[in-house]
Amino acid sequence: MEKYRINPNSGLEFGLYTLGDHIADPHTGKRISNQQRIKEIIELAKMAEQAGIDFFSVGESHQEYFTTQAHTVVLGAIAQATEKIKIASSSTIISTLDPVRVFEDFATIDLISNGRAEIIAGRASRVGVFDLLGYNLRDYEELFEEKFDLLLKINQEEVVNWKGSYRAPLNNAKVIPRPLNGSLPIWRAVGGPPASAIKAGYAGVPMFLAMLGGPVSSFKRSIEAYREAANRSGHNSDELPVATAGFFYVADTTQAAQAETYPYINEGMKLTNGNGFPKQHFAQGAHPQDVMNIGSPELVIEKILYQHEVFGHQRYIAQMDFGGVTFDKLKRNIDIIGTKILPEIKKHTRKK
Amino acid sequence: MKIVGLSGSIVGSKTRTAMERTINIISEKYPEIEVTLIDLADFNIQFSDGRNYLEYEGDTAYVTQTIMEADAVVIGTPVFQASIPATLKNIFDLLPEKAFIDKVVGFVVTAGSPKHYLVAEQQLKPILAYMKAQIVQTYVFLEEQDFYRKEIVSDDVIFRLERLVEDIVTLTKTYESIRKEKEAEYGF
Repeated sequence: MEKYRINPNSGLEFGLYTLGDHIADPHTGKRISNQQRIKEIIELAKMAEQAGIDFFSVGESHQEYFTTQAHTVVLGAIAQATEKIKIASSSTIISTLDPVRVFEDFATIDLISNGRAEIIAGRASRVGVFDLLGYNLRDYEELFEEKFDLLLKINQEEVVNWKGSYRAPLNNAKVIPRPLNGSLPIWRAVGGPPASAIKAGYAGVPMFLAMLGGPVSSFKRSIEAYREAANRSGHNSDELPVATAGFFYVADTTQAAQAETYPYINEGMKLTNGNGFPKQHFAQGAHPQDVMNIGSPELVIEKILYQHEVFGHQRYIAQMDFGGVTFDKLKRNIDIIGTKILPEIKKHTRKK
Repeated sequence: MKIVGLSGSIVGSKTRTAMERTINIISEKYPEIEVTLIDLADFNIQFSDGRNYLEYEGDTAYVTQTIMEADAVVIGTPVFQASIPATLKNIFDLLPEKAFIDKVVGFVVTAGSPKHYLVAEQQLKPILAYMKAQIVQTYVFLEEQDFYRKEIVSDDVIFRLERLVEDIVTLTKTYESIRKEKEAEYGF
């Protein structure tokens, strides 16, 4: 776990993530400017650090309703504005980027931040980036696998010799700068089903599992499949951290939390995915055995601890800003996280 | 209320004829309903490549988005090789897996032989159910003898189409009010 800068003794890590979406507040129909949204994301990272949150990450989506296409630039600003919070991508679409450039960027962010940078590499759930950057969607799988392998190789070796199909060969190429402590934690982003998790297990890389909604027990299957695949492939799953990511929102009561956040998630999903979030499914999200961490602080603490008991994961990251949620609401959530949620979670998951 | 008619074949005329008639019945009986007929023969639709439907362009984007915005969909399908035509299946493949959630879907089937009557029952309905449609269980089945020179000549068929339209509209209204009532109960 040390290699990935995780200390299991200090309990479950709690993080925040944003996709960098840029959506009008459904209550007013008004959308803040790109500039304001980007600055608020940087501000959010600072506030998260002050509240004692462990981790903050920013994603890239190259299409309408998003604004952190240049997510490494935003992360550079966050690196400079903060001192101890871990920072990462969620995720970096390695398929359509050059792994050399990605490594250069993140190694630099690692130096600016004094060793706090991590990469979460994903395959993209929105594929606008393929056309925009000149890649063929038919190469979706292979682009990811080849470039992800190259990224891992660069992380291990400063001088790289490599040949592949989607990038010019590297002959004794020196990839610099190097991260502060030699290498970066690099995670593989995985969607729900076990088939995808198994691939992360084969490669023996830490896994980030996205969970929008559904029973904890379903996602447990993916995590088990990941660990089994890792062990079968000669890795030790005890040394591989697992992180989960999903919706989060707290208010005084569960009903208030649902009422406040539902319009944002529903309208945001309509715009970015083309399907809203069915109210019936959303209502079931309040079930203690559902992965969606939306509710009263008491319920959310109970849910996160239950998930930790079932998953045995090392990090949970929360998405609470999706769909144009206003900054004052985000501030209030961070306050509650810092004063009520983090202390309980650390108390119950820390090794005594 | 928005209803979209989808004529699912790019060959022949029976399905289109039946769909035009169906759409006419809707507009005459319910002028307040916004109704659109999509005849796949008029569009150049690409094969599904797995992307989100919002990310297609041109005709493919128009057709998928129009269907997604509907409250109810009337599908017209012929029977090809004892199944639905590939053009119609492609539309389903282009859409998200829960595309028909909260939508009422009814359909009319045309075929060259009455022996094909159960094709839609056994092959179209499972797809619609998987995609979460509120299915209008009874459909109208038309065969060769019901047409003459691109007109429907059977009064029986016309009566059945009128009943289908009525069922679709009634079920859409009913479903919407049930859903609203149910959603209000959640309190958020």
